[in-house]
Amino acid sequence: MRWPALRRVSAAGKSLRIVIVDDSGLRATVLEEGLREAGYDDIHVVPPEGGFVARLERMAPDVVLMDLGSPSRDTLEEMLVVSRALARPIAMFVDRSDEAMIGAAIDAGVSAYVVDGLRKERVKPVLDLAIRRFNAFARMQTELDTAKSERDQAKIALQERRTIDRAKAILMTSRNLPEADAYALLRSTAMNQGKRIIEVAEALITASDMLGGAA
Amino acid sequence: MTPFSIAFLPLTDSAPLIVAKEKGFAAAAGIDLLMVRTTSWATLRDRLVYGQVQGAHMLAPLAIAVTLGLSQTSAALSAPFRLNVNGNALVIAPNFAAALDPDPATRIGDPLAAAHDFAAAIGLHRRKPVIGIVHRFSCHALLLRYWLASAGVDPDRDLSLRVLPPSLMVEALRVGEIDGFIAGEPWGSVAVAEGLAEIVVAGARIWKRGVEKVLALRTDWMEAHPETVDAFLVALSQASAWCEDPAHHEELADLLERSDYVGRTASELLPALTGRFTLRHGEPPVSIPDFLHFHREAAGFPWRSQALWIYSQFVRWGFVKASAGHERAAAEVFRSDIYRRALAGSGLPMPGASMKVEGAIEAPLGVGAHSGALTLGADGFFDGGIFDPSDVSAYLANLARK
Repeated sequence: MRWPALRRVSAAGKSLRIVIVDDSGLRATVLEEGLREAGYDDIHVVPPEGGFVARLERMAPDVVLMDLGSPSRDTLEEMLVVSRALARPIAMFVDRSDEAMIGAAIDAGVSAYVVDGLRKERVKPVLDLAIRRFNAFARMQTELDTAKSERDQAKIALQERRTIDRAKAILMTSRNLPEADAYALLRSTAMNQGKRIIEVAEALITASDMLGGAA
Repeated sequence: MTPFSIAFLPLTDSAPLIVAKEKGFAAAAGIDLLMVRTTSWATLRDRLVYGQVQGAHMLAPLAIAVTLGLSQTSAALSAPFRLNVNGNALVIAPNFAAALDPDPATRIGDPLAAAHDFAAAIGLHRRKPVIGIVHRFSCHALLLRYWLASAGVDPDRDLSLRVLPPSLMVEALRVGEIDGFIAGEPWGSVAVAEGLAEIVVAGARIWKRGVEKVLALRTDWMEAHPETVDAFLVALSQASAWCEDPAHHEELADLLERSDYVGRTASELLPALTGRFTLRHGEPPVSIPDFLHFHREAAGFPWRSQALWIYSQFVRWGFVKASAGHERAAAEVFRSDIYRRALAGSGLPMPGASMKVEGAIEAPLGVGAHSGALTLGADGFFDGGIFDPSDVSAYLANLARK
């Protein structure tokens, strides 16, 4: 059963205050959107910079979500230790009975800290959602990286083709060969020397440049 | 090959692990070592406790804190091998350091005087000084507290200790958020090279043979895999001998420079390896003997007395209540028995005892050892303190009287 428009409120009528500590604007947005869609509306994003711990302390969040890869986790945990005397202590959320969830959180790169005493049923949906969103973000990132590396490869391929064309032109001019034969010569030389065609082409261009070559 | 993954932080003293992999010592022992670069101690701890890795390059006090349940996630951890001895430096911004002895070499040479100068400088500073530490449960922070307290400074009252990741320390100094920091190399040298700070004290001058990083394993995993553990300790011992050899320092610095390891330049990494430090930007380097070492004097041997010294400091600073149970649990984190078992056939000199009175060796001393002669270097604390592990409460009572 799902009530997307409903505010997630506790029995006391208060919404969970969730703080996302993250320096990746995009990931924080992906997570924040997901939480809002699920009915949480007291959400704040704090980048882990400067005096972020003091800001966080003033906000008195019920749940803090943080990227497991952030170097500032130690700074946050120190705050948890020294804030123990305060009225609203926060402690790390570790439900030891749920190994699968811990594994999923670590795999996804989510670390979560919640107010001591908050009921597990209230926190679990937040953490589940954070795990799903972090994973979705990681997939997005991988797709972007793949697309980028495909673009890079295409760029390299284009450069290589230009180099080979130039080497062919040198052979065509200096040896008076037709294009197909010039290419065949490059290829057979590469095969005989156990090299890639591009390497032979580069060597030929260098040599030709040094000799003040034709092309 | 047995796969074995290990989490580490990008610090100079991760060297024995990196060398075990890159110079083939692990492979020769039948271990396929996978290095997992990690950016916080919290994440390193979580990866180890939840079994994402089998081993970790861990702050010795953190291994004890996790075992005692003081650090969010708790689990019984074991440290069968010390990865290094010493290796930290306290660096201070020039405007604060100006209140200390003007000659940096004098400060380094006399940590007692430097501590008193530091105490006086606190009152002269424009605000309560903020000193960066990497973690509450780090040897650096414990040594800093020990050093300051000797001059009557209460580190929790007279200054602010702020936890920051080492990679952000230099930036925090630049913008004036902190007045100095204590961290493992290369971070002190990085701050000096940028002209943002001066090296004021070396950990090795506070405690000549201090404990630093350990190989931490989950105790249940360690007990279930004795053959892998023994093989890996042999590889680590060989790797630490390789790291110690001055002939390898440049190659080691080049190796650590790689972006998948420490990722800082060799010139920033070399001082800790050679012991030749620039204390203040633009000045000629000076020698800090024993700044960091990996192998000699049975450096890998986890003295249980050192685990107890860490416990004594936990009690001293109110991190944990004194109890016989905590004391026993802390001592048992350091597994000198596993070290002995693994390296019994290695021909290395093996200490006869598992505890020693820390700080009692004034000059290099031959000690009782199995298989070969073992000489231990002077291991004193800078204030002449002696830690007798058989009576922690007397030690603490004596510190409180000072």
